[in-house]
Amino acid sequence: MTQPGSVGLLAGQSGDAEGKTAPTRRGTELSMLAFAAGLVTAALMLVEMNQNEALSLRILWYGLAYLALFGIAHVAVRKWAPYADPLILPCVALLNGIGLVMIYRLDLAGAEKALRVNAEFQNAVPKQILWTTIALAMFLVVLFVLKDHRTLTRYGYTFGMVGLFLLALPAVLPGAIAPPINGAKIWLVVGPLSIQPGEFAKILMLIFFAAFLVSKRDLFMAAGRRVMGIDLPRARDMGPILVCWAVSVMVLVAEKDLGSSLLFFGTVLVMLYVATERAIWVVVGVSLFVGGCLLAYQLFDHVQVRVAAWLDPFANYDEGGGYQIAQSLFGLGTGGVAGTGLGAGRPDIVPLANSDFITAAIGEELGLIGLAAMLLVYMMLAMRGLRSAIAVRDTFGKLLGGGLSFTLLMQVFVVVGGVTKLIPLTGITAPFLSAGGSSLLANYILVALLLRISDAARKPQTGQKPKPANQAPIAEAHTVMVERPQ
Amino acid sequence: MNTPLRRVGLAMLAMIVLLLANATYIQMVKADEYRADARNRRVLLEEYSRQRGKILTSDEVIIANVQSTSDSPQYQRTYLNGPLYAPVTGFYSLRYGSTGLESSENEILNGSDDRLFVRRLSDLITGRDPRGGNIVTTINSKVQTAAYDAMSQNEFTGAVVAIKPDDGQILGLVSTPSFDPNGLAVLDAAAQLKYYDQIQDKNNPAKPMLNRAISDNYTPGSTFKLVTAAAALADGKDKNSQVTTSPGINVINGDTNCDTDSDTCLANYSRSSCGDGTLQGALQKSCNTAFAQLADQLGEEKLRDQAAKFGIGQSDLDIPMSVVPSCIGPRDQCMVIADRPSLFQSGIGQKDVRLTALENASIAATIANGGSRMRPQLVQKVLAPDLDEISGYNSDEVDEAMSRDDANELRDMMIESEKNTSGPGKRDDLVIASKTGTAETGVDPKETPPFAWYVAFAPAENPQIAVAVVVESRDVAATGGKLAAGVGRATINALVGGS
Repeated sequence: MTQPGSVGLLAGQSGDAEGKTAPTRRGTELSMLAFAAGLVTAALMLVEMNQNEALSLRILWYGLAYLALFGIAHVAVRKWAPYADPLILPCVALLNGIGLVMIYRLDLAGAEKALRVNAEFQNAVPKQILWTTIALAMFLVVLFVLKDHRTLTRYGYTFGMVGLFLLALPAVLPGAIAPPINGAKIWLVVGPLSIQPGEFAKILMLIFFAAFLVSKRDLFMAAGRRVMGIDLPRARDMGPILVCWAVSVMVLVAEKDLGSSLLFFGTVLVMLYVATERAIWVVVGVSLFVGGCLLAYQLFDHVQVRVAAWLDPFANYDEGGGYQIAQSLFGLGTGGVAGTGLGAGRPDIVPLANSDFITAAIGEELGLIGLAAMLLVYMMLAMRGLRSAIAVRDTFGKLLGGGLSFTLLMQVFVVVGGVTKLIPLTGITAPFLSAGGSSLLANYILVALLLRISDAARKPQTGQKPKPANQAPIAEAHTVMVERPQ
Repeated sequence: MNTPLRRVGLAMLAMIVLLLANATYIQMVKADEYRADARNRRVLLEEYSRQRGKILTSDEVIIANVQSTSDSPQYQRTYLNGPLYAPVTGFYSLRYGSTGLESSENEILNGSDDRLFVRRLSDLITGRDPRGGNIVTTINSKVQTAAYDAMSQNEFTGAVVAIKPDDGQILGLVSTPSFDPNGLAVLDAAAQLKYYDQIQDKNNPAKPMLNRAISDNYTPGSTFKLVTAAAALADGKDKNSQVTTSPGINVINGDTNCDTDSDTCLANYSRSSCGDGTLQGALQKSCNTAFAQLADQLGEEKLRDQAAKFGIGQSDLDIPMSVVPSCIGPRDQCMVIADRPSLFQSGIGQKDVRLTALENASIAATIANGGSRMRPQLVQKVLAPDLDEISGYNSDEVDEAMSRDDANELRDMMIESEKNTSGPGKRDDLVIASKTGTAETGVDPKETPPFAWYVAFAPAENPQIAVAVVVESRDVAATGGKLAAGVGRATINALVGGS
């Protein structure tokens, strides 16, 4: 399994998983959760201090309540996925908690500003706490219902269809239900609720792609013609995937959601590469992507505006969308290495500070040190997921786990890269940090799936392999080397 | 399938590394640029929410303070007797930035200076709002007030600088007409705008915001003869050395028999013969021909060396506000005297020679201090918010501009010169050493009002104060003695006044 030159960090854990007395490491998870809750409480305390709010035991209660919330999740993992990776949940708890503290901190600033100009102000943090609770409940449901991730392969096409439907929904619905917000038509507004169906569509489509690629894997690798050194699969095998991809990209362009489009495409590409083990897919995909970018640049004004604002935010400061990114850079620069201290900066100057630009707020108040720590937590989370994907025994699990882990990190790359002027700004949320219910809900489902896969990876194998009756035979197949007929 | 998964892992690592590298670039390399960008409101908002430090005179008069307001920003800057101290404090405005000590000592005043770090940290822990440090200036309120009053009572436009000769402390820094920095510190934006419009240079020909003591330089005229005399003394002459008494000197060939009405003839102020034929007599009577000839005899190099030793040509003087350089040559060739005619004229402080009032005071102070030049400084002490001393005064000898003997000899000559100078404020109990100057300006000097100068120090035997006064006169017939000497003596008397 381990190959020469492989990355140590990613080396599979399958070795100790074989042993009968493999440790569940649930204790590690609990102590790490307590540590994360401690950090979050300390962060909240700093905000209160710097905002001249009275320090009281109340903060301790908040910290304990937060720990209790994740304690429930922990108990559920202990019961339903006892061998799951012990670091994934604490990473999520830390990110979600810091996000809540930051949103609360921005609420304070917003309320103060509103008080000055006698305006109404709606705090975002109660909503976010509610969504966190709902998302954790959803997390429990997924863990409870989905006892074996391979069951998902049975519904691959269904998921694909539902995913496409959800993706297309805001684009086809009238503006009354799906109003364009900040230029993107990706929201469904029903009463007080606003939902981004695309967030859920992403996961559904990911499951579909994994299932599809697993079932057609041999065909991809064996059948087809060889054209100019490239192994092209047969058109009918490629049909569904191409259609699916084209439709989703078209929908995303129609909804003007560049970030999700980039994210979606990148993930499909990576899954295709993992499934076929052919780097040519990456080359083809990247050239397709570059071509698509150039085309989009020519066709859409809002793309040109975004690119100009990225190249020189200061020249396009007043008009042309440079203001937001310039303010983000000012904030990051003012924060410097050590940051201004939580609650002591002015992150509220950046528009959308509590959603897309929350990492800029973190960079301003916690400095480079805090931002780097945050990025490393994300990396740990994604790498833990990937490690589970490598260790898990079935190909579907590998593909799904790899796709989920990659999509998580890609999200971070797109949003943080946009905020720090590494790549053009494309509005997507930072997983677990940003205010927004759909994103939170979707990402908790993602994490539940990752935990399920990691549990399968580390669970000691009983002598007798369980054979689920209605299992699609291909889904439980082991990884096999397939020679290409010459 | 694990090989591609591992490669994907590598790609993920690369993405994170890219983000980290970019964040490091933004938050370390570019941080200062972003922080200082005028469009970044964070720094100003931060400063305004902090209690800014005070500025005090050396005799502990608080000349810049803060006042709590109920509004946001939390504090308003207030200045005691704004116009009097404006050349020292400068202004501090949310809208127009800052000048003077408010600008050059900003890091202390706003509390961001590294020396205040430990206190900031303890403030953070104890929950006190961080405050700025305080600046104690070298300014003596009596000297400053006397100089300002003498200038403003006469409605003079000009500057007065007073320096303590033995350590370079600036006792007085006056520029008139002045402005009230309170007008730019008020929180009402409209009032700020209105006042700024009123005083800014393009709307106000009197240029009240120009700090004439350090930000403008003037033709020094006869006060520059001190430099020429110092160079001559260094060259081996003494106060009894013979110099010409001729009424005029030809600036082309140095001929002392020339028609004083001709363009090429540099004449004495009286257009007649001057002095008793000694160097002392020539300085006492301020004979132009004698010093023009001396400059020519010494040559450009010796005159330039002497000027440089007095600090002329120094372009990086910060007191801590930066001081415009004083020059003996044109602006782009500050220390170059172009040709022989220019050399003659430079010897009497005309042509391209331009000195700041600070530089001229520094020359007087150097002579007073036995030839040793102390760097002029405006900040005496830096105090922490809790009034602990963070740094004290370090006097700094920059140069040995003259030998002690030469300096004493020049002092004696200046005592004689003072005897020959009219104007009010003379006292029997105080010996002053001085030199006046009436600098011709403009294309047609006969029609343009001159700059009236007076540089002096006192008491002559034990100098405690050196002053330079420059007045932009409005009268063609004005002289240094008539206009500036009274201001200079009033300034001196404020410090060493026996009665």
